[in-house]
Amino acid sequence: MYEEVKYLIAGDRAIVIEFGDEIEEQVNSKIRSLTVAIDQEGVIGINETIPTYRSLMVIYDPMIMELDELIGVIKSIITRMHELKLPEAKVIEIPTLYGGEYGPDIEYVADHNKISIDEVIKIHTEMEYLIYMIGFTPGFPYLGGMSDKIEAPRLQNPRTKIPVGSVGIAGKQTGIYPVESPGGWQLIGRTPVKLYDPYRKDPVLLNAGDYIKFVQIDESEFKNIEALELEGKYKVTVRKI
Amino acid sequence: MTIMKILKPGMYTTIQDIGRYNHQKSGMSVSGAMDQFSLRVANILVGNIDSEACLETMLFGLKIKFEGDALIAVTGGDLMPMINNKAIDMWSGVKVLDGDELSFGTVKNGCRSYIAIEHGIDVPEVMGSKSTYVKGKVGGFEGRMLKAGDEINIGSLDENNFNSIKKLPIELIPSYSKDNIVRVVMGPQEDYFTEDGINTFLDCAYEVTNEADRMGYRLSGTKISHKAFADIISDAVTMGSVQVPGDGAPIIMMADRQTTGGYTKIATIITPDINIVGQLKPGDSVRFKLIDIEEAHRIYRKYMKDFDEIRGCVAKLGCTTISGRKFKVRVNNKEYEVIVEEIK
Repeated sequence: MYEEVKYLIAGDRAIVIEFGDEIEEQVNSKIRSLTVAIDQEGVIGINETIPTYRSLMVIYDPMIMELDELIGVIKSIITRMHELKLPEAKVIEIPTLYGGEYGPDIEYVADHNKISIDEVIKIHTEMEYLIYMIGFTPGFPYLGGMSDKIEAPRLQNPRTKIPVGSVGIAGKQTGIYPVESPGGWQLIGRTPVKLYDPYRKDPVLLNAGDYIKFVQIDESEFKNIEALELEGKYKVTVRKI
Repeated sequence: MTIMKILKPGMYTTIQDIGRYNHQKSGMSVSGAMDQFSLRVANILVGNIDSEACLETMLFGLKIKFEGDALIAVTGGDLMPMINNKAIDMWSGVKVLDGDELSFGTVKNGCRSYIAIEHGIDVPEVMGSKSTYVKGKVGGFEGRMLKAGDEINIGSLDENNFNSIKKLPIELIPSYSKDNIVRVVMGPQEDYFTEDGINTFLDCAYEVTNEADRMGYRLSGTKISHKAFADIISDAVTMGSVQVPGDGAPIIMMADRQTTGGYTKIATIITPDINIVGQLKPGDSVRFKLIDIEEAHRIYRKYMKDFDEIRGCVAKLGCTTISGRKFKVRVNNKEYEVIVEEIK
């Protein structure tokens, strides 16, 4: 973490408030606090914020606020934000069907780490992964904390189409594809839960600062949840941490 | 209600407004018009609020048939618009009648044209915007590019309130050229570059490559050198961010950009000049001119106030007004209800 917060100019309508230069839970929790604090303060002239691993982009309106004034307001919020009671982080359970056609690379991940497929699943479902940020595509969670016992390199030849809901591993990262896209992650499973649905009241399921936990399901549970999702009736299990 | 029937879809024709804000924290791209000046002026010319959705099309080939009457305006790059094969004025209101065909030839200058329709385009707002984000399959018409056979409901001509055609004064019409200068402010990651690298960036002309779309423009030219690293821990990206990956060739991030990225960003193009970029096509060239943030803000404030003046002066030239209509206006992401009264 930096000793002094950095304010970086990103054009005529945005600044980036940077707290550190590492992927680290403490730094990320500052970003979360500041995001919530700015939201609660309801500053006129601040239009939108984008939290990321270790910085917050603040999009502002120069018709309302000078840059100096904006930085002043943010500095004052930062000095007060430790008093803030943050909403408690939640754990969202992501039911996942591992292996087979849903996770064609799980055998590779097992072989690469010289463990069994069952052990890959056990290790992958053990952890609660912090959602550091949402970005890249709508609803894509950048997760932290995967065990290095199941890490695996990216595919040499990325797939042109990865099905929605695919759960994958790339290096020391794990993640879920919310929209169909090309990609080079090793696919170990798939979730029937919709992370992104533009026509739902809350289009994106996950929020930065919460945690997710993968829970193994079988094919019939997968089909059940998939059918419920189609009707918009499925509710994910949410727990306190 | 008038219907706009797409006979030929042209190139990457989509419905766009000023963009989808407040969802970037969820990874939603902003989208919206690539050239917002042209979008806003097109709307002003047909009496809409500035932020209403228009059609955005590029280079050549779009052909539309109107079923019903309408008042439209075509702005932006000159793609030789015609009605029933007769050239029409750009930057001007144009009355179209039931059965008329609006078609486009090939690009004479610029890259993208905007077509505004009085009373707008009747597609639902998704997450507060009508903009199409093709990759996210959201907004616009079924979340996709238009194709032949699509039928879209649009506003009809308001004959009772139709007084005269509005035109943008000729001195306010932008001129598009092959060689361009856009103004930037440095940052957010200018300290990742050598002094040489920064000088190269500000001194050299860069050419737009074939990899130029609504997401971003990849440029080619003299390599921009980093001190050590070209990659950063992913952070937020904004419209007009100039990313420089390890190969030293800049990429300008545009309307359908991803919300976050892991490359160093040497500088950011100022808002009014992003409209210039939105009109560039492969082979055009661009130079970057450095200004400081205070100047950037002076320019921004003038740019925004100019829209009020444009509204005023086209009203004086033409004086079409609509009596007692209610509008929803979005200013700084807050919605206001506004009633427009007739003046004669």
